[in-house]
Amino acid sequence: MRIPASILSLLAGMALVLSGLWIGQNVDLLPAQASANAPVYDELFKVLFSIGAILFLGIIGLIVYSLARFRRRAGETGDGAAIEGNLPLEILWTAIPAVVVLFVGIYSYDIYDRMGGMTPLNDHSMHGMASQDERTWGGISPVSLGGDPAIAPLPVDVTAMQFAFIFHYPETDITSGELHVPVGQPVALQMKALDVIHAFWVPQFRLKQDVIPGQPTLLSFTPTRPGQYPIVCAELCGPYHGGMRSTVIVEEPESFAAWVAKNSPAASATTPSPLQS
Amino acid sequence: MTISLMPETSGGSLQPQGWLRYLSFSTDHKVIGLQYMVCGFIFYLIGGALAGAIRTELLTPISDFLPRETYNEVLTLHGTVMIFLWIVPVVNGAFGNYLIPFYVGARDMAFPRLNAVAFWLIPPAGILLISSYFFASAAQSGWTAYPPLSTTTPATGQIIWILSVLLLGGSSIFGGINFIATILKLRRPGLKLMQLPMYCWAMLGTSILVVLSTPVLAGTLVLLSFDIIAHTGFFNPAMGGNAVVYQHLFWFYSHPAVYIMVLPAFGLVSEILPVHARKPLFGYTTMVYSILAIVFLGLIVWAHHMFTSGTPPWMRLFFTIATAFIAVPTGIKFFNWLATLWGGKLSLNTAMLFCCGFIVNFVFGGITGVALAQVPFDIHVHDTYFVVGHFHYIVYGGTVFVIFASIYHWYPKVTGRLLNEPLGQLHFWLTFVGFNLCFAPQHWLGLNGMPRRVAEYDPQFTLINQLSSAGALLMALSTLPFLINVVMSAFNGAPAGDNPWNALTPEWLTSSPPPVENWKGEPPLVHEPYGYGVAPGQLSLNASSGRDLWTLGQSVEEP
Repeated sequence: MRIPASILSLLAGMALVLSGLWIGQNVDLLPAQASANAPVYDELFKVLFSIGAILFLGIIGLIVYSLARFRRRAGETGDGAAIEGNLPLEILWTAIPAVVVLFVGIYSYDIYDRMGGMTPLNDHSMHGMASQDERTWGGISPVSLGGDPAIAPLPVDVTAMQFAFIFHYPETDITSGELHVPVGQPVALQMKALDVIHAFWVPQFRLKQDVIPGQPTLLSFTPTRPGQYPIVCAELCGPYHGGMRSTVIVEEPESFAAWVAKNSPAASATTPSPLQS
Repeated sequence: MTISLMPETSGGSLQPQGWLRYLSFSTDHKVIGLQYMVCGFIFYLIGGALAGAIRTELLTPISDFLPRETYNEVLTLHGTVMIFLWIVPVVNGAFGNYLIPFYVGARDMAFPRLNAVAFWLIPPAGILLISSYFFASAAQSGWTAYPPLSTTTPATGQIIWILSVLLLGGSSIFGGINFIATILKLRRPGLKLMQLPMYCWAMLGTSILVVLSTPVLAGTLVLLSFDIIAHTGFFNPAMGGNAVVYQHLFWFYSHPAVYIMVLPAFGLVSEILPVHARKPLFGYTTMVYSILAIVFLGLIVWAHHMFTSGTPPWMRLFFTIATAFIAVPTGIKFFNWLATLWGGKLSLNTAMLFCCGFIVNFVFGGITGVALAQVPFDIHVHDTYFVVGHFHYIVYGGTVFVIFASIYHWYPKVTGRLLNEPLGQLHFWLTFVGFNLCFAPQHWLGLNGMPRRVAEYDPQFTLINQLSSAGALLMALSTLPFLINVVMSAFNGAPAGDNPWNALTPEWLTSSPPPVENWKGEPPLVHEPYGYGVAPGQLSLNASSGRDLWTLGQSVEEP
């Protein structure tokens, strides 16, 4: 007595779903998590990877099985079964992807909301220095990330040009080629481009925003893990596009304060410089 | 009203005969189809050589193989050549021109001279584009030509690029009008729309997209050329323009362009699979409606290319959902193809292997596509090698695999000879392994921090880039058995007879190669282009083995 095909398909389906979930949970393809929205992003990635793995393995399995099971053997000349369609079956495989896609859409909307991406444009509430012509939003707001809203964000002006990022700290008047930020404090980047379109990308922050000439852009994030991470220009901006890189240095608040004290023009003015002596 | 049939006039024709007609302004749709095919393949080799230059540069993390400006010229030319001179002309122009008149039961396209004009725009446009590298410098702003970069890089190359793309867009529009007219108006009397082979529906949908969206690209590029030549300020923020408007207009064409490249491939797969699976195409009606749904949705998803460009949140939400829903009609097509294979008698020949390779690659590219449609996901990987990998899974793993499948399938129709099967299988496996080795690792590169269009990168990515380049080398090598096969088989291939696959679609119901005007007598009226297989229980003495009779009780219905 053979095991009925329906039981076998059920078992195969269960094995497929379980292995897809296992793969999604255990495959680690992403770089380190260094900002508050990186874990949120990775959660979405795992869900998408699980669904994708189930679909992909299932379809590969079906194709390989079909090619092996239904291949034309030597000497065979007949045709296959004359089945032209099966409407209930087709409704089923229209409905299932529709439900999956809808679920993924709602879920990613939720993730996006948790990242702060759905905050309306021109919301100046978190950034006191916001100018009137500010039009765009980078997608992340530290306020909605569950961090302590009492901590005021650190404002930084970012200027993107061929082929460098310049960081200016308006509160302390420091200008730097590297971005120094304290861990745990929200950072609000006020970005502008001087020549062509650039993009500010920190892979470990899971964060990217185009910097478009004529369109000052606000982007904010909360770093969570001390370390040095690359800042990469992600929009083709000319011959040295590949070399347009910088570093973001996430430091403990004390060492960040020390860096500020050391580099601030206000601080260096009080210490006698060779020119003044 | 008389219809004069005067075969003797062809003897005195001014048109060249023999092989020379392939270099002439021929109005025969089969000649034009082959012209598109061969011309496209030459540009494929050029684009492939450019890709080879890119992968060679990326063997090392520093920029050491090409000057940086040249690298940007190479990547711009690679994208433009592959899209506008290889894939779009071949899946639309080559197969469309060759097959559509057969499928509707016509003797030629609706506008044969327009058809020839459409083809003959392509070689000058292509030569113009490539020659710009030699007498000025080619465009350096990528195939997307985003301003302000495209208005600040050397102007001559960018203007030549715009001219060339305008010519190619014109060719594409002429072709689209011709396909719509042919499919809707030249059908043999008695042939209903819902009895057409699926490729006709795919080409109808594609041509609607071409006619609706290509003029938008043309207008956009004209404005861009004004910005470059006349220093107008349409897209120049310093003069009150807006760079993002260009992106909206550009992607309004260039997202549908993906469907212009992929929908015809879907149609071709729907023709090839039933023949080699010996089963009817599963779910004809839902296939038709899913094509129409893809056409509609394809027009309203363009802004998903701009999720990091500062689009408002509501727009991101709308375009996420619209984009993700394209997966539904696309999924229907893939499930229908799987159901077509299920229970068939599959010939595992090269055409079938390339079709299955297409399904595997495209499903992978589709899954990463649904992920990319999600705004939060896209924010991390936008403009990285993840997108490069995804895109090549769609256009190479998808469309180019189908082009090869189609060449193996229709070569006997065009030449009357079969391609060599072992060489074909070698070609398939080299391509399949090389392709996956080249592009699968690129997803990891993108996730971990390598942006696209760079000549230099973080040294931690060296090994994976070298793996990818090794895959590219395999892909380049895979072209050799194919070229040898196509050239040798034209002279020495096994004679195929008129219908080697026992296919039922109308192009096989004539001699191979077909005569001028396609049929000696009346065109056949094919109501069931996929009428393979016979209802269960029906026996036929044509079945040659006892196994056939015993297992399925079905027969071959000889056409």
